Amino acid sequence: MARGKQVDKSGEMLQGTLDMLVLRTLVTGDAHGHTIAKVIERTSEDVLEVEQGSLYPALHRLEDRGWVSSYWGASENNRKAKFYRLTAAGRKQLVAETSRWRQMARAIGLVMGEDMLSGQ
Amino acid sequence: MNWRGWFRRKRRDAEVVQEIELHLAQEFEENVARGMSEEEARRQAYLKFGSPRRVREDLWQQNTWAALENIGRDLRYAVRTLGRTPGFTGMAVLVMALGIGANTALFTVVRSVLLKPLPYKDPDRLVAPCESWKGRVCEDTRGGNAAGSFAEWRKASKSFEQMALSHQWTSYNVSAEGGQLPERVPAGLVSWNMFSTLGVQPALGRDFTAGDDRQGANGTVMLSWGFWKRRFGGDSSIVGKEVFLDAKPYTVIGVMPAWFAYPEAQTQLWAPVYHEIPPRVTESLENHQFDVVARLKSGATMAQALGELDAVQKQIKRENPGAAVKEGVNGRLLLDNLVVDYKTPLYTLLAATGCVLLIACLNVANLLVARSAARRKETAIRAALGGNRWRLIREQITESLVLSAAGGVAGLALAYAGIAWLRVARNDLARAETIHIDGLVVLFVTGITLASGVLAGMIPAFNGGARMLENLQESSRSHCGGHSPTRLRKGLLAAEVGLTVVLLITAGLLLKSYRSLLSTDMGCAVDDVLTMQLRLPEARYKQPVQKAAFFEQLIARVRALPGVEAAGLVTVAPGQGWGGDNLVAVVEHPPLPQGKSLDAMERAADPGYFAAMQIPVLRGRTFTDSERLDHAYVLILNQAAVKRFFSDGENPIGKHLRMDTSGSPQPAFEIVGVVGDTRYSVSDEMRPMMYWPLWGGVNSGVTILVRSTQNVESVALPIQKAIGGLDRDLPVSDVMTMQQVIGKSIVDASFDSTLILVFAVIALALAAVGLYGVLSYLTTQRKSEIGIRIALGAQRSTVLRMMLVNGLAPAWVGLGLGLVGGGFAVRLIRDMLYGVKPLDWSVFAGVTLITLAVSVIACAVPAWGASRLDPMEALRAE
Repeated sequence: MARGKQVDKSGEMLQGTLDMLVLRTLVTGDAHGHTIAKVIERTSEDVLEVEQGSLYPALHRLEDRGWVSSYWGASENNRKAKFYRLTAAGRKQLVAETSRWRQMARAIGLVMGEDMLSGQ
Repeated sequence: MNWRGWFRRKRRDAEVVQEIELHLAQEFEENVARGMSEEEARRQAYLKFGSPRRVREDLWQQNTWAALENIGRDLRYAVRTLGRTPGFTGMAVLVMALGIGANTALFTVVRSVLLKPLPYKDPDRLVAPCESWKGRVCEDTRGGNAAGSFAEWRKASKSFEQMALSHQWTSYNVSAEGGQLPERVPAGLVSWNMFSTLGVQPALGRDFTAGDDRQGANGTVMLSWGFWKRRFGGDSSIVGKEVFLDAKPYTVIGVMPAWFAYPEAQTQLWAPVYHEIPPRVTESLENHQFDVVARLKSGATMAQALGELDAVQKQIKRENPGAAVKEGVNGRLLLDNLVVDYKTPLYTLLAATGCVLLIACLNVANLLVARSAARRKETAIRAALGGNRWRLIREQITESLVLSAAGGVAGLALAYAGIAWLRVARNDLARAETIHIDGLVVLFVTGITLASGVLAGMIPAFNGGARMLENLQESSRSHCGGHSPTRLRKGLLAAEVGLTVVLLITAGLLLKSYRSLLSTDMGCAVDDVLTMQLRLPEARYKQPVQKAAFFEQLIARVRALPGVEAAGLVTVAPGQGWGGDNLVAVVEHPPLPQGKSLDAMERAADPGYFAAMQIPVLRGRTFTDSERLDHAYVLILNQAAVKRFFSDGENPIGKHLRMDTSGSPQPAFEIVGVVGDTRYSVSDEMRPMMYWPLWGGVNSGVTILVRSTQNVESVALPIQKAIGGLDRDLPVSDVMTMQQVIGKSIVDASFDSTLILVFAVIALALAAVGLYGVLSYLTTQRKSEIGIRIALGAQRSTVLRMMLVNGLAPAWVGLGLGLVGGGFAVRLIRDMLYGVKPLDWSVFAGVTLITLAVSVIACAVPAWGASRLDPMEALRAE
């Protein structure tokens, strides 16, 4: 599997993937931008480093499409923060994207063969 | 996709700034917690985040583009689709432009003439009361009041703040001075408080005072702005100077503002009415030639105020039961009174243009339905692939909006040209000077453009794409052709044909009415007759003998001019209007019962007038030259008067008539002759009329009538020279041929009928195009079916008949609807018709024939094509 830095190079791939990652992150609960970035980084064991410049356009895009909704609330250290919440449509989208991703990952895996995978 | 994004860009930007700040702050805190120095922590936070400005710009653009791109895409798509069919597009834009243009022009006129408030102070408090006969509304919008009654009203009224009097139909001869030619200018005679009642101040100088407005005061005159500029070069020192009107001195006291136009746009001067008109007229209860303008007190209603006047008038009638005293008072708002004659015609025209626009919309909708039917496969596939249905509808509407917007722009240009033409063609229209395109009109154009765009787009949009699966199935078997759009198109067509028929009927009736006006027998010579008017100033021609001598010399000189075949003088020529009337009684008959009276229009003529105008002398004789001055108590009656005043078989010659006005005893006039009837107005019935000798020297104003063998207008100049030879200060006015006099009085009828005819023809053409389009479309759709029929041995004539019946069905339905609708519509224009019944069978039959003929022709072409189909070719194309 490609590393985060390399994914950066192909914007299209990243865009779809980043959306999926953001949606996945929100399954566990509402969060604001900084938390989302941190969660992605930590759960990927710091492999995927979210380029934070593209995080906010992505969040707004998701909101426009109705996959997430937003509201203003207080952050952990009591600052005013914009929280994002997964909507029903977003959940559906996540399911679709996940299955698509699984297919793709499996397909790429088949092409690359066991060696490459174990070689990592 | 996202309109909200576009409108909320600013707010969202502010939100993003806040989000970024929070993000950076948290990153910074975390870094500090990890043990970095504050400076390093901030640097790392920024490094990791990248440029916040860049993020904001990206987001801004994202929101901007989403919205713009959608409009742009729709527009591009619409323009591209339309561009693929330039014929269709051009046709549709032209149709829309015509509809929108005509509506805009008419709306502008209706608004300026009928709806815009008068330019006076609180115009909705200005009322025009008028005297009326029992149980009738005031039939004369102008000059229906007696000044004697007015004086009583003014004393008794409590609800009117001010009441003012005016007298029209006056003109003055402004004498030659400073090397300028003499000229006659139209003038208004007003009571001194008229301008203050209207709430208007003079632009220069002072208003009239009560002192100016009485007999024996010094003459005063107010100038119109235009007249002041033209005649006096806009010299403000004119105020206080003297001018000569009808050879009498008047002091100019002021100049009215440029926009002020009362009672007519042409009025150039104003003089005080009580100073100008003798007391026997201004005190009379029977002499109806005045207008009244009254301003309501605040809190008073018009009904209440007019009720007060009505009570006063009833009291007057009780005390003065004379036949010419009217019984009551009613009235209208000043504005309504001014435009009441134009209401029906203008609203009729507006309705006609509305019909044209509706037909235009239906036609464009029809064309769009045809196209959307052709594109059903495409739409169906797009819908099947998840194309948003709303998106597809939006595309259709965008397309028709683009069409109507182009039509709207072209229509506005058309309207502009139309109004410019109209202002010239119809300068007789009340308030014509106020007609112009303004912001509201542009708003109106935008409104109807949008409305017609949405209407025309909506019909096909909601019809197509509704049943995606059916469409897909149908498009796979093209020979079954969709029936639903065809039914819709036929419905639209029936509506179009119906509206067209209504328009045609209206146009037909108006045209027939106009024709009957044109062919009206005036009762006198009409071709090759020249008329011109002349008025002797009272100041210089005081004595009857002077007037008689002048007219006698004048007519002798005119008759001697080369090219003049015959010439005559009369105070008011046929076609020139009412021109005054009088109550009369036959001396030899017993007195009429109380309240009954005989009425005759009065004229004065020279002995040669009847022969010159080819008015037959039926009995007795014309005047003699010796019947003049004190020997002028003779009368000639027209036939209508004889019929009205005398019983059958009674010989009027030698009988006597007396003017039946109350007051001083009147001398009796001997009836010496009976002549044929002439019309005072083209569109009115012949009325009793009496003539007395012009040589009596009573009248100062005459119309010179000249019949000529050569081009009659070429004698105008020699006549004017002859007049100048008698008195170089005398101007002539209204030099017109008799045809023009008549034409002027029926300009309304010619205008209305021509315009409506044009609209009806446009509508007919549109309907024909529609019929043709539907049947061609149908033929294409059923090509393979027809091919099979023919291959199986169907007669070509059968196919032709089948297609014709099919295509003509909507025409039949529309015709039926139109005839019924027309039957109702003509009731509304009854007042505009002359010599034609609203349900004139020949017009209805003619319209039916024309509609059918055009429909058959429009349908025959595609039907013929269908019957000529080569079955092999048709089936191979499948």
